[in-house]
Amino acid sequence: MEISLAAEKIGHIGSLPITNSMFTSWIATIVLVVFAIFATRKMTMVPKGSQKTLEYIVDSLMRLVNSVFDNMTQTKKYFPFLATLFLFIITNNWLGLLPGVGSIGFHEIHNGKELFIPLLRGGNADLNTTLALAIMTMVLVQIFGMVAIGFFKYVGRFVNFKSPIDFFVGILEIIGEFSRVISFSFRLFGNIFAGEVLLAVITWLLPYVGPVPFYFLEIFVGFIQALVFTMLAMVFIKMAITDHSEHEEKAAH
Amino acid sequence: MEPEAMKTLAAAIAIGVGAIGPAIGIGMIGAKAVEAIGRNPEASGKIQGPMILTAAFAEAVAIYALVIALIVKFV
Repeated sequence: MEISLAAEKIGHIGSLPITNSMFTSWIATIVLVVFAIFATRKMTMVPKGSQKTLEYIVDSLMRLVNSVFDNMTQTKKYFPFLATLFLFIITNNWLGLLPGVGSIGFHEIHNGKELFIPLLRGGNADLNTTLALAIMTMVLVQIFGMVAIGFFKYVGRFVNFKSPIDFFVGILEIIGEFSRVISFSFRLFGNIFAGEVLLAVITWLLPYVGPVPFYFLEIFVGFIQALVFTMLAMVFIKMAITDHSEHEEKAAH
Repeated sequence: MEPEAMKTLAAAIAIGVGAIGPAIGIGMIGAKAVEAIGRNPEASGKIQGPMILTAAFAEAVAIYALVIALIVKFV
């Protein structure tokens, strides 16, 4: 049984290698865009069909984001990014469970050994995808913070000369921001890749019947990981845009 | 000992020991959450949210151990 930690290359565009996870991510993007375009054609006041589904999804996500921010203007400002994050991750995770992903492919010779290269592989089962999402999220959190409370107030959270303790807390905050990138990417990658390995091993041990409860688990895990990624991003954005000096004034009362 | 045997052993120990802490942690989170729901059944919706989030945090540490085990075994 061949399990490869790194996503396998299936082609090139110029000098840029294309991996099977990247290809699946493209398919997920196309699925989302096509669904959005299809559901918003000929919109009616009383929704029917795919428009109803899309409105339900958008409404649930709006309520989720509002439950953390508690402020409609902020919710509306950060909703596009957070909702896209959630929908992209969950579509990628669930597409990786379809039959054909991981099983349809071609045989290649690498270093004298014949390997099976699958054409499709779960989008988040590649550390590159999750690392890209994590870096993008943390960079955006910094940008949102700077835009919301001003550049110097935001940097003052990390570079703080008020007292020696505050200075070290500032340094720890900087290290914390980097560790969040690592934890975001590894949490999502580990869960999804481990799920794929689990399904492969269980299918090998007990074909046809064995994987059924594990597919339920993977559907649930795919949803939960998208939810956790989005909720953590929301919490970090909320912490970044909160003005801490107001906080201290309130506490002093 | 041959390298292949060491690799297998290292992967097994990595995930075996690495899963103990998160398992205990998630059990504690669940216990406290369920106790809080028992005291105040109306707040169960509000308790579930932070519980799932915190459990995902604790589980992430187990996933880090799993990733190291996979790297040791397959790379």
